[in-house]
Amino acid sequence: MTFFASLRKELLELWRCYRFLVTAVILLVFGLGSPLLAKSMPQLIKMMPGAERFAALIPQPTFADAISQYVKNISQFGIVLAVLMTMGSVVQEKEKGTASMVLAKPLPRSFFLLAKFAALCLNFFISLVLASLGGFYYTLVLFHAPHFSAWLALNILIFLSLAVYVSMTLFFSTLFRSQWAAAGLGLSIIISLSALSSFPGLGKYLPSSLFSWGASLVIGNEASAWPALVISLALILISLLASWLVFKRQEL
Amino acid sequence: MTAIRIENLRKLFGKVIALDGLTLNVEQGTIFGFLGPNGAGKTTTIRLLTGLARPTAGRAWIMEEEISASRSVNTRIGYLPEDPAFYSWMTPAEFLDLITRLFGFSHSERKTRTQELLEHVGLNEVRKRRIGGFSRGMRQRLGIAQALVNRPEVLFLDEPASALDPAGRKDVLDLISQLHGKCTVFMSTHILADVERVCDTVGIINRGKLVVEAPQAELLAHYTVPAFELECEIGFEVQFKSFIDSLKSLQWVNSVLRKNSVARVVVNDLPMARQALLAKAAQSGLALRRYEIVTPSLEDIFLRLVGEEGNIK
Repeated sequence: MTFFASLRKELLELWRCYRFLVTAVILLVFGLGSPLLAKSMPQLIKMMPGAERFAALIPQPTFADAISQYVKNISQFGIVLAVLMTMGSVVQEKEKGTASMVLAKPLPRSFFLLAKFAALCLNFFISLVLASLGGFYYTLVLFHAPHFSAWLALNILIFLSLAVYVSMTLFFSTLFRSQWAAAGLGLSIIISLSALSSFPGLGKYLPSSLFSWGASLVIGNEASAWPALVISLALILISLLASWLVFKRQEL
Repeated sequence: MTAIRIENLRKLFGKVIALDGLTLNVEQGTIFGFLGPNGAGKTTTIRLLTGLARPTAGRAWIMEEEISASRSVNTRIGYLPEDPAFYSWMTPAEFLDLITRLFGFSHSERKTRTQELLEHVGLNEVRKRRIGGFSRGMRQRLGIAQALVNRPEVLFLDEPASALDPAGRKDVLDLISQLHGKCTVFMSTHILADVERVCDTVGIINRGKLVVEAPQAELLAHYTVPAFELECEIGFEVQFKSFIDSLKSLQWVNSVLRKNSVARVVVNDLPMARQALLAKAAQSGLALRRYEIVTPSLEDIFLRLVGEEGNIK
């Protein structure tokens, strides 16, 4: 009961403070724009002065280009949004004193954290649904229809990987007393994971592999990243558990 | 019945001792004024009792229920922090609705209780305005409303009127006075006038230790000491200051406290003081506007017990 009261407050806050709108609009723009960009990029290059000399070298846009553009844009902006939206979620409430106001009521600290995580996940889920609908439609119009179940799987994998960044930033937001420290560490983790993914043999275990796995499913390549999926789910659980363990010991 | 029982509560922040074996009992139904200078340990005590911090040692009970990690006692208490913080994007009605939801009220109970409380604290007219635009006094009144949502058996108020203007202070103290007999109020403050006005029992804390705890009337009777109040004419402030300072060394003077042109002189020998004080003032060439024997206030007792550097001899 208190969990739903807290979740309701979090969702209301996402709506009233325009955070949901910002997430939805940014992801929708990139969902709609990615196939369009993939389609028009060669033409844009051809229009550049002097481009006629190597016009024959510019490849024709393909369905795979549209998918990789979609994955690249949604993942990059999704991750940045996941960190920005989450970095202040707990630390700001501790700083302002609202956490001590509501936690002196019968609201368990675990519910306080879980409600934040659930609301942020729902924010990204709905935004991704909108982005994926837009992306699907434009890919269908400009290229051909992606296989629906593969498209669905791609977006679920993107969502899971964004949930990893939400949960890790939530942990940092719980751990630190400054939202900039939480954001700094969140962004450091993104950079570190990107750097690690380029190591041979290591990339397939990292959450970023979920993006390439999803793209492969839609394009029709045979590739999978089950270890990355397991590790991503484990990272979510570990981050949430660590957040709770840290938060329940903190004095407000 | 004891509403709050504290036994040997200790709280350390690194090497700093915030609470040093605090032991205290607050009877049910009282408005308890928890007095102490800044840094005495008042807020720390309230944070421990509301579960927002953990004690280093010691135990505490609220309505005979021991404060533990389970925090089941949170359903029975209300809490207003020193600087209440709200979600600025919410309206007061929405904030109270959130709190009623946290206490598990039904839909109809939520509506009724929110309306009742908004009317009680005088915020019904601004029920649809964002809290972000509220004045300090309005926020404090909303803070009291949220603390009363569950009709608490014990209400903790941390410096409820300290940062308010006179009108805001009056509003808040009136609200607290109305709680008399309805619930036990544990109110921390360093403003003695507020305690004198609304509290029936007083506890004085200093450096993490309880100095005294008694009903206010009993405390005043026990610590009654004769005191004189003197006020000088305008333009005599410099002579007045040196005259008051000269009194500190006299044997029959207990303590002196001066604020601009008014001074309070607590004495231990009333006949001697009656004889000598006015004569000394005349000798020093002072023009007095007022000279009277006064009943000691809680402030005198507080300063006597806690001490105030530079003013207490």
